[in-house]
Amino acid sequence: MSTAIEVQSVTKFYRRYSYRRQFATLKSALISGSLAQDLKPEERFTAVADVSLRIPQGSVFGIIGRNGSGKSTLLKLITGITKPTSGEVLVNGRISALIELGAGFHPEISGRENIFINGIMLGLSKEEILERFDEIVEFAELEAFIDAPVKTYSSGMYMRLGFAVAVHVDPDILIVDEVLAVGDEGFSLKCLDKFAEFKRRGKTILLVTHALGTVQRFCDEAVWLDEGMVRGYGDPRRVVHMYLSDIATAEEALLSAEDKKKLEATVTEEGSDDPATTEAPTQEGPPADMFRASEGRWGSGDVRIVEVSLENGDGPTHLFQSGDKMTVRMRVTTAQSVDDFVFGISIFNAEGVCCYGTNTNLEKLIPISMEGDGEVKLDIESLDLVEGTYKLDLAVHSREGRPYDYHRLLHTFRVKSQIKDVGIYRPRHDWGFSSNIRFKRSSDD
Amino acid sequence: MQVFGVEAHEEMLSSLRRLIRHRGLIQILVVRELKARYRGSVLGYLWSFINPLLLLIVYTIVFSVVLPGFRGIDLEPYALFLFCGLLPWTWFSSALLESANSLIAGGNLIKKVLFPAEILPIVAVLSNMCHFFFALPVLVLFLAFYARPLNVTELVWFPVVVLIQLILTLGLGLLLSALTVHFRDLRDLLGNLLTLWFFSTPIIYPMSMVPAGGKSVMDLNPFAHLAISYQEILFYEGPFGHWRWLLALGVASIAVFILGFALFDRLRDSFAEEV
Repeated sequence: MSTAIEVQSVTKFYRRYSYRRQFATLKSALISGSLAQDLKPEERFTAVADVSLRIPQGSVFGIIGRNGSGKSTLLKLITGITKPTSGEVLVNGRISALIELGAGFHPEISGRENIFINGIMLGLSKEEILERFDEIVEFAELEAFIDAPVKTYSSGMYMRLGFAVAVHVDPDILIVDEVLAVGDEGFSLKCLDKFAEFKRRGKTILLVTHALGTVQRFCDEAVWLDEGMVRGYGDPRRVVHMYLSDIATAEEALLSAEDKKKLEATVTEEGSDDPATTEAPTQEGPPADMFRASEGRWGSGDVRIVEVSLENGDGPTHLFQSGDKMTVRMRVTTAQSVDDFVFGISIFNAEGVCCYGTNTNLEKLIPISMEGDGEVKLDIESLDLVEGTYKLDLAVHSREGRPYDYHRLLHTFRVKSQIKDVGIYRPRHDWGFSSNIRFKRSSDD
Repeated sequence: MQVFGVEAHEEMLSSLRRLIRHRGLIQILVVRELKARYRGSVLGYLWSFINPLLLLIVYTIVFSVVLPGFRGIDLEPYALFLFCGLLPWTWFSSALLESANSLIAGGNLIKKVLFPAEILPIVAVLSNMCHFFFALPVLVLFLAFYARPLNVTELVWFPVVVLIQLILTLGLGLLLSALTVHFRDLRDLLGNLLTLWFFSTPIIYPMSMVPAGGKSVMDLNPFAHLAISYQEILFYEGPFGHWRWLLALGVASIAVFILGFALFDRLRDSFAEEV
């Protein structure tokens, strides 16, 4: 198979925005016609760093990565909208000249006129557009609105028209940046059909998207960019998997940093260098309205929750798969021995609905004594929650409800699930069907 | 096979050739500009006639009622004299203001579509030329109203003057549009510079009122030669005597165009990053 696009160790610097050197760079631009090359390292920002790719003709190639990872810059380099600072891009065949659908539309004039202007901009002749006009309008499903000014279109209509023009220009290499996110279900399917048709005809498609399922199902190859560098390249399933596990790691780091920050914010200023005494509850009593209280920490401090950790089967984490084992571990301490204490826990979802709450008193455990440092742990055999972010209330208080140390919504964890079911609780379940009702498993993801 | 690399610099001539290849796009963008400008207004295209007429009325009132002593002696009808310079000046100044802003306003195109950027200032100049053409019938009506005798051999020069103005405006437009991307201050400066330029050009006053000392300075003002040419062709009787100056200006305009285009070409690669 021949090569459609070859990217050879391409690097692109952008100028970091500063006015100080503006005049100097203008002068250098006037003299040499270049801006990026002669910038010092501290004045530049590396958008794409030494990227090499070979995209075979007739393949669907996916580009994934976080926002700001260099995907758009790479597209600009491939289409020739910007030039690389070093390296080379070789393109074989007519490439679609836009990286954002509908980029050339003028809001004041009608869809009809915009089709002509956009088409000519992308390299069609007037006759070619006339020939394809009805097809474009039909594909965009805009028959009724084609003579209305484009500014009256919804964003979905706008993108449909942009996509319709772009595919009917019929380039050898089609560039699609995040189109599947805006269309409704029906239009997304139509786009995928169009891609399949392009593929059949031996055309190359470059797909930038956050719809990772589409990448896995549809792409022959994929690349994962991170801070301008290639972090994964090759089989789309493998690349998507690498990307997802990287996201999970970053998410985990973020959640634990957040929890730590929240906990630190609730620690009192008074106290000495002794870490144990600084981690005291901030206020004596709970806020007036317990149920509307936002995150915080209060209590008398007779018993203190010093450290909290969440674990799945493999160790401490903030990320769980639905159905995972979960262990909540609290390190507690008390200065003098106490005989009246209750440990409690509640799980809240992101809307603030209590999904579950219990305490040792409700579970008929009568306290006898506690002294010094200790550990409390709650094992949840199977965390049967739907996907989402959850927060925990953890508390130790007297049996009458006088708080010793109350951690309100200070601990966050996230539940992930392959199945996007809804609600606040997922009962263990199985579907059953009589033999005349038949299904087959979707091959998604 | 296309190659986009650091060294893949196009020659200026091939950029010019590409421009000719894109004349269809230029044409359709000019039409779009004209359509979009008056879209939504009640009078629509009529504004192309009414605008210069209103401007003319303003200036006629100022110099007939408010400042009557300002006018030269041999300037009857004054409204017609004013019109000869005012119409081309409106084209010139709005074209420059619009093209200076054109790359920034069209930033979405430059950043998202592979698109020869010089088309944007060129469209700004050409669409304003169209407004100039649309307003010409008003000038013809004035000439008919005052029953001015027109010399056909003089009228032949009219398209030449228009062409030279076009080349000069294109050159300056390209230059300003490219510089404005890097120097946003130019946009604000330009409006005031143009006002100064307007009053230093024999448009509201005749060349004969310029004192002897100012004359040599006036010779360096390219638009003075254009204004004088329009006035000689359309207003003053007698043969067109300014043609030597006009042709010299023609040569200078071509030089300005080449300079403007070369500078634009030089800075081209920076536009997608800077707008």
